[in-house]
Parts: sequence; C-alpha cells; structure tokens
Amino acid sequence: MTSSQAQPPAHPYIPNTVPAVRQAMLDEIGAASVEEFYADIPDAIRLHRPLDLPAPLTSEAELGRHMEELLARNTSTRQALSFLGSGCYQHHVPAVVDEIVNRGEFLTAYAGEPYEDHGRFQALWEYQSMMAELLDVEVVNVPVYDGFQAAGTALRMAGRITGRRRLVVATATDADKLSRIRDYVRPDHDVSVVPVDRETGRADLDAVRELLARGDTAAVYAESPSAAGLVDESLPELAELAHAAGALYVVGCNPLTLGVLAPPSSYGADIACGDIQPLGIHQSFGGGNAGFIATRDEERLVAEFPSRLFGLVPTTVDGEYGFGDVAYERTSFARREEGKEWVGTAAALHGIGAGVYLALMGPQGMREIGETILALTAYARRRLAHVPCVDVPFGEALHFADFTVRYSGARTAAEIRAGLKERGIFGGVPTGEREAVYCVTEVHTKADIDRLATTLEEIVK
Amino acid sequence: MSAHHMPVSVTPEDARVAPKPRLRRYQQASWDEKLVFELGAPGERGVLVPAPDPSIDVPEIPAALRRGTPPALPELSQQQVLRHYMRLSQENLGADLNIDVGQGTCTMKYSPKINDQFVRDPRIAALHPLQDDDTVQGVLRVIHDLEQLLKEISGMDRVTLQPAAGSAAIYTNVAMIRAYFTARGELEQRDEVITTVFSHPSNAACAKTAGFKVITLHPDADGYPDIEALKAAVGPRTAALLITNPEDTGIYNPRIEEFVRIVHDAGGLCSYDQANANGILGITRARDAGFDLCHFNLHKTFSTPHACGGPAAGACAVTSELAPYLPYPTVEFDGTRHFLDHDRPQSVGKMRPFHGVVPNLVRAYAWIMALGAEGLRAAAETAVLNNNYLLHKVRQIPGVSVPYAEGRPRVEQVRYSWEKLYEDTGVHSEDIGLRAADFGTHYWTSHHPYLVPEPMTLEPTESYSRADLDEYAAILAEVAREAYEDPETVRTAPHRSSVHRVRPEALDDPKTWAVSWRAYRRKILGEPA
Repeated sequence: MTSSQAQPPAHPYIPNTVPAVRQAMLDEIGAASVEEFYADIPDAIRLHRPLDLPAPLTSEAELGRHMEELLARNTSTRQALSFLGSGCYQHHVPAVVDEIVNRGEFLTAYAGEPYEDHGRFQALWEYQSMMAELLDVEVVNVPVYDGFQAAGTALRMAGRITGRRRLVVATATDADKLSRIRDYVRPDHDVSVVPVDRETGRADLDAVRELLARGDTAAVYAESPSAAGLVDESLPELAELAHAAGALYVVGCNPLTLGVLAPPSSYGADIACGDIQPLGIHQSFGGGNAGFIATRDEERLVAEFPSRLFGLVPTTVDGEYGFGDVAYERTSFARREEGKEWVGTAAALHGIGAGVYLALMGPQGMREIGETILALTAYARRRLAHVPCVDVPFGEALHFADFTVRYSGARTAAEIRAGLKERGIFGGVPTGEREAVYCVTEVHTKADIDRLATTLEEIVK
Repeated sequence: MSAHHMPVSVTPEDARVAPKPRLRRYQQASWDEKLVFELGAPGERGVLVPAPDPSIDVPEIPAALRRGTPPALPELSQQQVLRHYMRLSQENLGADLNIDVGQGTCTMKYSPKINDQFVRDPRIAALHPLQDDDTVQGVLRVIHDLEQLLKEISGMDRVTLQPAAGSAAIYTNVAMIRAYFTARGELEQRDEVITTVFSHPSNAACAKTAGFKVITLHPDADGYPDIEALKAAVGPRTAALLITNPEDTGIYNPRIEEFVRIVHDAGGLCSYDQANANGILGITRARDAGFDLCHFNLHKTFSTPHACGGPAAGACAVTSELAPYLPYPTVEFDGTRHFLDHDRPQSVGKMRPFHGVVPNLVRAYAWIMALGAEGLRAAAETAVLNNNYLLHKVRQIPGVSVPYAEGRPRVEQVRYSWEKLYEDTGVHSEDIGLRAADFGTHYWTSHHPYLVPEPMTLEPTESYSRADLDEYAAILAEVAREAYEDPETVRTAPHRSSVHRVRPEALDDPKTWAVSWRAYRRKILGEPA
C-alpha cells in the first residue's frame, strides 16, 4: 500500500488536516498534540467513542446524488397546480432578486462594520426606506424573524407604551400566529380574541366595544387582509374605537397589497407589522418568511423597537453616505436584559431581497400586481361559487389572494383536498370539517382557475 | 507595423516580476453609489406583471381602503436595478472573500457551494409548507434525519428545528422551561434565571422577555464563572441556568458538571447555549455534562451562510422529560412514511410559521452528511488547533494581552485585550479593527459589557488554512506597529474602504436620526413632508 492510500485525504472543507501541516503547526506552538488544548475538559464528560453517525458522503458527487434522491421525493408547486397560501405565497420571484441575494458578498457576510460592509448597510437602509414609502411611515426596522414575531413584538411595544394588560384581536387571525402571540406576550398580557361575524367575515364591532369599555386595553390588533383573505371595511372604525379607549391600533398587513390598498397608517394604525415573504422571497416549505414593524417617527414609538434600525449619517468625507445603528442603547446587544426584548441574527438578507423586488416593481408594478391579484381572487370566488355544493361566503367583500369556501355536500374538506391532490392540484387547506381556504396570485391564469372549478365539480358531491 | 511589434532588447532583469508584498495591496470597490431613490426616471420599469385576462374586471375597492397616492418607490429599468445592487455587493465583504476570523463568537466558516444548489432547486424553493405530507417526503426526511443527527451530537433525546435562529432557540428553550414549571405548578415560585456575563446577551434578554428575573454571574479572577456566586444565587426561586461553555473568552469551565449539579439540587433546569460548540463536536456533549436542554445555531456550527444577519436557523435539543413541551408540529416517522404531528397538548405552541428555516436545515443536513463523525471531529480539532496557533502568533504582538486563566489553553476562540496598546498609544481596539479593513479583513469587538478592556475576539474555525492565519496575524502585527509608530494612520482608518469613518452623533438624537429616505428629507434636508 502506498502512503497516499494509507492516509485518508484531507476533507475539502477543512484545510490543516494534512499531517505535515498539522505537525508543523503543533511544533510551532510547542504542543505535543491537539489533546493538550482540551486539557480543561474533564475525562468524566468526554465522549470516549466516535459519534454514531452515518458514513460520510465525502465526495461532492456522492453528496449530490444522495440529495437528488431526497429531492426527487418532493413534488413542487411548479410540478402541480397549487392554490395554497395562508401565510406563505407563491409569487413570481424576478431573476434579478435571485441574482443579488445569491451573491457571495451578501450571502456569506455577517455583522461587519459600516466600512467593510457598506453595501449591506445601504441595501438594508434602502429596504427600510422603500417599505416606509409603501407603508406611508418614516420608521421600518431591519427584518425580524417572521410575521408572527413582528406581530408579537408590535403588541409588546404597544403594551410597554400604554402600560396596559389586554390585547384585543379583532379580525380573523391564523391559529398558529395566535399561538405564537399568546406565548410571546404571556408574562405581561392577556389576549382576547373576538370571533368575526360568521355571515360577513367582518370584525364584530359591538363585541370589540364591549371589551374596550373595560379600559384596560393596550392594543387592538387587526389584519388586512384577514387570515380569510378578507379586506375588512371596518378597519378604519376599529382605529377610532381603539384610540377612543386609549389603546394603540396595531395592524398586520400583507405589503404586496399596498400598491392598491391604503396603508394601515392612513386609517389610524400606530404600528403596522407583517411578513415580507410575498415580496420576492421563495416559499421554501415555509422557510422564506421575514417580519417587518413600522411606525411614525416618534421617540416613544422608536424607543420600543427591539430590532435594529439603520440610519443615514455623514462620514468624515463630504458627500459620502454613511450608515449606522439608530438608538443602539435600546437593544439587548447593548444592555442585555435591560434592552427591549432581544435582538440577534434574524432575516436581514430577505430584507435586501425585498428591497430589490420593490426597486424592480416600482409604483406601477405594485399597483398592477395588486390589481391582478384582486381581479383573479374575485374571479376565483365567483367561479367556485358556481360549483354545486361549494359555497363562497362573505358576499361581495373584497378579498386578496386567500378566500374561504364551504362545502355543503357529503365530502369533508380533507377528502376534497385529497381528491384534488390525486388530480395534480394542491389546495383547500381545511379550516373546519367542511371549510377550506384557497389562494390565487398573479402566477395563476383564468384557465388555471377554470381547471380548479371543473375538477371540484368532479369531486365535491 | 505598430509600435508594440518593434523589436526591443529585453534582459531577464527587465522581465522579472517583483514578488507580491507580504501584505496585500487591497482596495475595496468604491462606487460612490447613489441611493436607489436618486436613480431612474418616472415611468421606467424593472419588471412587468401579468395582467388578468381581459374578461376579468378589477373589483371596486371601498374608498376608505383604496390607496390614494401611489407609493413613492424608485422607478428604474431592470439593468439599473441590477447594477445598483451589484455595486452594493462589491462594497460588502462576505466570508467568501476574506479571512473572516475576526467575527469572534459568530463562528464564520466555509458554507459549501453545493449546499446552496440544493436549496435553490424548485423541489425545495418551490415547496409550500401546507402541501400534503405525501408530496414532501424528501424534505420531511431531511428534517427528521437532521434531528436524529443532532440528537447524537448533543446526546439529547428529542430535537426541534422550528426556531428561526440562535436567539430564537434560546427563547424556545426558556419557553419550554416556563411550560415545564407551569405544568408542575412551580412557576410562581421559580421566577429567576441565572446566566453569565460572558454568554450572549440573548440569554439574559430572552429570559427577561419570558418573564423571568435575571441574575448574572461574573467571572472569578481566573475568568471562570464564579462558582461561589452561583452557590449564593441558586435556591428555591431558581428556574434555570443558561450558560455557554466554553464562554466567549474561549475558556472551558472544567467545573461545568458541578454547576449543573448545584442547580439541579436546587430543583432548577440547566440549558446549554452551544453557540460555541464548534470546538467540541464529538469531544463532549451537553447531555454528558448533565444538561436538560441545549441549542445550536445552525448558521454557526453547521455551516449555513450568515446572510448579512440572517435568515439563520436554530435547533433545540431536550431530554425526554422536556420533550412534551416542544413546539408543534413535530416530524415523525412510522417506519414507512414521514408525517407532521400537530397533536401535542403540552406544546409551548408555535415558535415560527410552519416548519423552520428549511433552506438552512437542508444545508446543515448536507454539511453533516458530508463530514460524518470523523469529519466533525476533524472540524473541532482543527478549529482548536487553528485557534491555539493564532493565539501563539498574536500574543507575540506588542500591546496584546490574553486576560484570565494564564497558562490554560483556549478552545475555539480567544478574547484578547489591547489595553496595553491603548495605554501606550491612545489607539482603541475599534480603531485597529477599522485599520484591519484596509487589508481586506475586519474584526468585531464583541458583546457589551466590555469586561475585558479594549477587547478583540478571534475565532479561526476549521475553515482557514495555515497561510490564512499567518496573513491575519501579520495584518494585526502591522497595524499594531503602526499604532506605535504612526497612530494617526490607524485612528483615521479606514483609508481603502468604500467609505470613510461615519460621524455617528446624529444616530442617537430623535431630531436627527433618519431611518428612511423620507425621514432624512424631512428632518435633515428640510423638505416639506
């Protein structure tokens, strides 16, 4: 056996495992072996055996083949016709967005200073600025983890500002998001969920008034569109109710609607929040979510952000744009448990991607995509309402992307969903035994919706 | 005949190319790029949107909910957008470009490019999280098997991959600790969490956010968490200890089992922040020291890219006693197929939409599968070798010291101090970091509070070659030399970056901070709102 066969090859990810290099480094340090560096780890807690892991796929070719076998067991929303939404949306991702977010300079950077990472600071400040235009406010944060986290934090911000305990949820809100909110505010807040009117899908204003009369509400929370895709005409009135009761108004919104729909600030929201996944971020099995929080530029509001806020400032050279952290002392980076909630690695690259998306779309693109989705959603609701044993509730109420259907035949929502799947269609997320949510976006055509309707005609009985 | 074809007499001396200098002549791209709002022209388009079929009308929007004025977004053609962001990317220093050992406590390592290919494949990128389980067996298996790998690496019984990042995982562990004591009827009594000042600030901040009072242990004279302080702090009010080992100093606390025993004896739980796990993979495990919970940052230890500050991904590993509290849904395997189990009555609930930051779960899985047990161990040992090699080189630089635990080895990183250099020259650690940028690299001074004066934390990991470490040490030595001989050059750095030093004063004043272009125009340029 030759020496080259006797020695396992150095792993391509790990230089300095070549025995001669390793020995030279040890010699230079004056150490006998790497063991010396582990001298402080007591023998009693040492693992005296190799980890029990599968044999490694050391060559790139083997790894690629293994992963291909796994990927082949997935059926993507490009292979099937998907009408799934409910918080993760299938939109077209412009090629330029992918080109930029996959640049190694952005993809592999971390927490550099404004000097070596000027590009990151400018791109994220521009993201904040474009979101501010969309939301008609002056302050938007560097993205937090996702829309769930953004809602939880926005509500805690309102709680800190008002010093009150109750949070009132007024519109239909995703059950998983409610789970997250309840957990997150638990030490300081009680969450009162007001069920929406079953016939109209809209907020029950009398029930909201009744809760607010107790005088202990920190915030009224509403969503546009709601979890059922409905754009509630009560949104401005909820603002009035909240403010009259001394509460803040927090609105979760889909930013992709804002080319056509009024931004929450225009109908009284003090804090807007939501998820930027619709802005050019792939679905990735739910891995593409990222959250935003937005407010007016008031010190009492800005002081309660836990997340990073980048600001534009001069440098020592006239005419240069410099960037830095606004009010860093708010953060747990600066003050540990005395900071606001916490901040860590979150979802910055999605902010850069969303910025590229908004720059590509511009005001016209945002208006047009909003109109296309509103039109297709309305068409899908009308078309499905003509399918026997399918009811589309909430009448003429405006819907964006998501919408509810109710089945009046013998089949359950789960059975109908299974039937669609067999015919190459993903859709109808059950929200009850005979109720489900569908979603259409700009990627769908009239023909796609007609196919869904005719397929449902075969299945729904 | 053109001039360059004229015969000229050339000697070997003329043809000789001078060797490269010891330190590279680096110059970062500086495009003096405008803000995106200053580019383009009204009516320009970067991308067109499909119009609905002409037979379909856009529905009427109620007046109160209709947008009045269009958003004042920039209007650019496609190549202008591309060029703007390409220029910004050139003004950014990713780990793919530099010897990124100065981002200590963050474990910057090589993210293999093939792993990025997997997550860009539509069979990951274009999967919807609410698809039927039967249509996503591949990705469910990746999640399930990654959990199994992390169980073995941590020694724990059950893993969740739902947390969005390391700090989200710390919070998830705290939420599970709270649920555990709530279930036992002890939450009222157990309202304190103990942590250490050399652990990440999120340990303290997450515990506080979850409603706990925070007690912080400071280091003893040798830099170890003070065991006497722990004994004084622990008691019937103790819910948990949140601790990192090795801490951000790189010092491994040899009495870690005793710490765990003291807290367990008082009825508390112990949670291991494994942000610094890279040097101990396959050497020692959270469970081996008696911990009840731990977490990993997949973007640190398991090589997913850091993405300018996320998306990251977190993993929480727990003993079977804590398993009922894991976030729902869990990924299960019945021997034939993988499925999601939402029926978890004691669960803390959702920590994130859907199933975690799936692209990073795929990358982490691929990384571990490429290395196996032997490779993980080689990564750990090489990271520790590299660290002690760099330590050996850096400690020879005038002005540097290595506080605490004199004579003891360090694990995967070292917190150094430039206190002497500052006293001698007035040059701060931060200045040195900015001057290092002129050589195509950087470092970060790491977390507050700066218990170590003029701190610098270097974490070489396994990804950097001996030549890389030599170059990095040479850069630091050069900057230290300058600090002594020509401090003004260091104090006014950077000189070869995209921009010069920021004047940060305006960032802390509500009258002048400008978080957006419209705020800047109103507050600084005085334009009408």
